[in-house]
Amino acid sequence: MTDDLIRRGLSRRGLLQTTAGLIGGSVLPAMPAFAEDKPIGSYPAGVSGSTAFIGISVPRTGTYAVQGEDELKGYQLAIEHINSGHELIKKISPKTSKGVLGKELKFGVADSAAKPNEAVQAQQRFISENKAIMITGGTSSAVAVALNKLAQREKVIFVCGISGSNDTTGKDCVRYGFRQNFFGQTAAAAIGPVMVKEFGKGKKAAYLTPDYTYGHTVTKSMQDFLATAGWTTVTNQVAPLGAPDYSSYLLNVANSGADVLINVNWGHDAVLSTQQAKQFGVLDKMKLVVPYQVPFIARETGGLMQGVYAATDYWWTIEDKFPLAKMFNEAFEKKYGYKPEWGAENAYVSFAHWARMCEQAGSFNPPDVIKAYEKGETIPSLVGDVHYRPEDHQCIRPVLIVKGKQQKDMKNKEDWYDVVEIVPGEGLMQKPDAFGCHPGDYS
Amino acid sequence: MISWPNLVSQLFNGLALGALLALISSGLTIIYGTLGVLNLAHGAMFMIGGYAGFVAYQYTESFILAVIAGSLFVMLLGVLMERVIIRHFYHRPHEDQLLVTFGLGICFVELVRLAFSSQSQLVPPPALFQGITNLGFMFYPTYRLAVVGIVAVALGALFIVLYRTRLGMIVRAGIEDSVMVDSLGINVYRVFMVVFGIGAMAAGFAGIVNAPVVSLTPGIGDDILVQTFVVVVIGGVGSFPGAILGGLIAGEIISVTSMFNPGYAYVMLFAAMTLVLVVRPHGLLGVQGRE
Repeated sequence: MTDDLIRRGLSRRGLLQTTAGLIGGSVLPAMPAFAEDKPIGSYPAGVSGSTAFIGISVPRTGTYAVQGEDELKGYQLAIEHINSGHELIKKISPKTSKGVLGKELKFGVADSAAKPNEAVQAQQRFISENKAIMITGGTSSAVAVALNKLAQREKVIFVCGISGSNDTTGKDCVRYGFRQNFFGQTAAAAIGPVMVKEFGKGKKAAYLTPDYTYGHTVTKSMQDFLATAGWTTVTNQVAPLGAPDYSSYLLNVANSGADVLINVNWGHDAVLSTQQAKQFGVLDKMKLVVPYQVPFIARETGGLMQGVYAATDYWWTIEDKFPLAKMFNEAFEKKYGYKPEWGAENAYVSFAHWARMCEQAGSFNPPDVIKAYEKGETIPSLVGDVHYRPEDHQCIRPVLIVKGKQQKDMKNKEDWYDVVEIVPGEGLMQKPDAFGCHPGDYS
Repeated sequence: MISWPNLVSQLFNGLALGALLALISSGLTIIYGTLGVLNLAHGAMFMIGGYAGFVAYQYTESFILAVIAGSLFVMLLGVLMERVIIRHFYHRPHEDQLLVTFGLGICFVELVRLAFSSQSQLVPPPALFQGITNLGFMFYPTYRLAVVGIVAVALGALFIVLYRTRLGMIVRAGIEDSVMVDSLGINVYRVFMVVFGIGAMAAGFAGIVNAPVVSLTPGIGDDILVQTFVVVVIGGVGSFPGAILGGLIAGEIISVTSMFNPGYAYVMLFAAMTLVLVVRPHGLLGVQGRE
């Protein structure tokens, strides 16, 4: 404290502040000491009133718009539940009563269009103008990686939305970023054994890959894993994000002689490429696998996922096994009129976990909240207990393997998948330093 | 990797894409050539044609009725747009026209998103054209084959209207000298309204015909708009045959480049456009001196 005083100079204001801090520290021992409360990022400015602001950027236009809207609904439901002290939030964050640390959550929403520059501009505005205490966004790993860097620079916590690239908590990881959902390498490790069991060894695979960090890391992870079972890649068709037509790529796939088409595309790209694969007879010649399942793909492709294997974060029918999933499904369906898919689940759980960490830390002070995450304690989620790894801030959580149901077996219009397996997260994910994660400083 | 069947199939794919681009571009070029308006809402017209057809299909389950409804709806929208807004911009600078049509395009996209959400919608091809056809040297989706034929018929009909009817004669004369046509006692502005309607209808028709090939989303017209402008520039602004030639060239460039490296498809397209502009600044079939 004395050192701090000397550094700042012995001004009258400094002396008064310090004295007040000392008195406060002795009278109210539960309050954080003054030295720990020095401004960092948007703290404490962002929580000096009765509210705390969250900046949300999701794609509401472009190829990932459907998934972005679903994610946004998950965030909105989480904020509503946190502000009202809903029973489900209490199960995940027991100390939450109303709001986080008694502060009502407010939020702003910006359309990122899945473009990193737009997401960064919007979040920069939320941080500087609204003093956002936490930012979120994703549904594109390029956006997630860009927001990681912004969060570290601005010292504001970034709770990552959907992001499937290995890099997000790998080489582009930061101290201020946290990811709840699984990623490319995890998907490969989870679905790879199922594929080898189903289709055999030594098969020929064709890939459709979106041309950015998510696509390349998922394809590489699948290739690496399947090579161990003697699979080879006969073609890898790399298409730009939001390609308007996949026919040229699919003609190359159709002429490749592959046994299995591994469609790494996401969002509307996955829907369109799968539909066109059917049009070109590719799906009659070869099996389709979607290693990283896309919310709504089953309904948007009109049943083309029948018999198709996919890895996913969440599918609503697991409510039979997990009571919290049942509570979430019911609340979500009541509010929005349909069963939630994994974008909404990912969004909801990420916010609930952040609220829990703030309550655990007893402060919004970012280093304290980060350290609460880094305790790595086992905490509840909708798919059972999970924990965040202190080294790379990746949540260790199970991965679901689903298989598209035949239409005759569907019990209702949203009963698209059978959950084939729930693969535990431990042992599925790479070591924390495998993708070169070196998080930055706390301050 | 590069085999004859693959090359031939990509060339054929280029033809299918090119035919579609030619049809959309012809609408754009007719409007520009006649009215001097660069309609940046043209991509949205293409998208609305698809959605209007989709709605009609939901009610009637008839693809033919969907095509008719989609085309007519966009034609009416075009006429309305011309009467209410565009007519006030004929004598305004080009940048004003660009901004107002661009803004209209955004409004149309957002209205459709509001009504239908971002989730994609499916329009199945008519039963007659479902499945895959064996052409001997390759397999190709039957409906895509049909699209080439349907578009060829539509372009033929447009040609007849433009080159074999009195309306077409007035339109073509209007392109060359609207003041002279006006002084001959012909109500140029009424003709303009019809031209805008026909141009929009070409985009709307293409939108619903293309709907079974792609899934409908509100943003579907964005990429098409860019490609369409490239086609018009390559073919020659205001030239109907130029739009067809430009469309076919663009379709083949995109498709053949995709065989070697799909990532460079658009790069090659723009490179070709630049080359054409250097060699023939008015496009391949454009007329020198036309404003």
